[in-house]
Amino acid sequence: MLNLVWPIFIIISFSYAIFSGNLQNLNSSIFESIESAVNLSITMLGTMCLWSGIINVAQNTSIIQVINKLLKPIIKFLFPEIKGNPKAQDEISMNMVANILGLGNAATPLGLKAMESLQKENKNKKELSNSMIMLIVLNTASIQLIPTTIIAIRSSLGSENPTSIIFPVWIATICAGVAGISVTKLFMKYTNKREKL
Amino acid sequence: MIEFVNFVSNLAMPLMILIIVIYGLLEKKEVFDKFIEGAKEGIKIVINIFPTLIGLFLAVGTLRSSGVIDIAIQLIEPLLNIVHFPTEIMPLALLRPISGSSSIAVATDIMKNFGVDSQIGIMASVIMGATETTLYTIAVYSSSVKIKKTRFVLIAALTADIVGIITSIIVCRFLS
Repeated sequence: MLNLVWPIFIIISFSYAIFSGNLQNLNSSIFESIESAVNLSITMLGTMCLWSGIINVAQNTSIIQVINKLLKPIIKFLFPEIKGNPKAQDEISMNMVANILGLGNAATPLGLKAMESLQKENKNKKELSNSMIMLIVLNTASIQLIPTTIIAIRSSLGSENPTSIIFPVWIATICAGVAGISVTKLFMKYTNKREKL
Repeated sequence: MIEFVNFVSNLAMPLMILIIVIYGLLEKKEVFDKFIEGAKEGIKIVINIFPTLIGLFLAVGTLRSSGVIDIAIQLIEPLLNIVHFPTEIMPLALLRPISGSSSIAVATDIMKNFGVDSQIGIMASVIMGATETTLYTIAVYSSSVKIKKTRFVLIAALTADIVGIITSIIVCRFLS
């Protein structure tokens, strides 16, 4: 994807700057951009290390199991088709826990494991099943307690209150998640009906 | 209202850290050792994305300084004005579902230009926190089980993104 987008961006902006005689701006922005990438990474290093450390502590306690238990009824509602598959249920639940805690690196492998288990139950192996679609939608909805990356960026830019966005982010995420889940459920109803006819 | 929102926002991170540390202590874990172990992982994450950030900051920074973004915004401005969509946010809204690292670059660029604590800066932050790289996620998950027929997943996920972006804008307008 970026192999195409990146060169296009460079070609468009560099050639436009050359033709419009904006060369001085272009040159200074090249170095400014690199500098701000370095600054961002250095500030991010602090926040990321702090948060990865805290989450690693959580992973070694029973907090994970506690959240797991809380999620059970939600998973039953969202994934009615995998009632008889506790393994897939567990994997989905772990994937959600990892997402909620902001463990992007752990969430993806867990989610992919769940996809594998769901594929075993899938009637048509060439199409995504309803449960698979629900799992993907949940993973694209970015349901997380602390949006670490954006907080790191905000503090690197000298925000007076980097964490002030957490509550608004919750509201927006919940709305996005509910919308995604509703659309998925609606489609499921519609396609199930069509199959019965 | 704004005070309450700020209070909850500011409480979230300290409270979570406090609960986790107390939990670890009560369960007699080596809390500090585990913290150090995890923090080392954090370094790896940043080092891994650093080269990508350099490349994308360069692309986004020059797109802006050359004036290309201004032209693009001018072209779609009339359309955005009809629905009261803030034009400054548009580049982020378009890139967010496609690429995670380039949307970080665009969001940082917006926050720097309009002020990190300005309304536009906060909108960009909330959008970043509330949405995901949808297309990438769909691609990784579907290809992991070698499925090409994805049915309605794209529509459902993009609906979630659009709702997320619109809610972010409304919430930020309401708060400031």
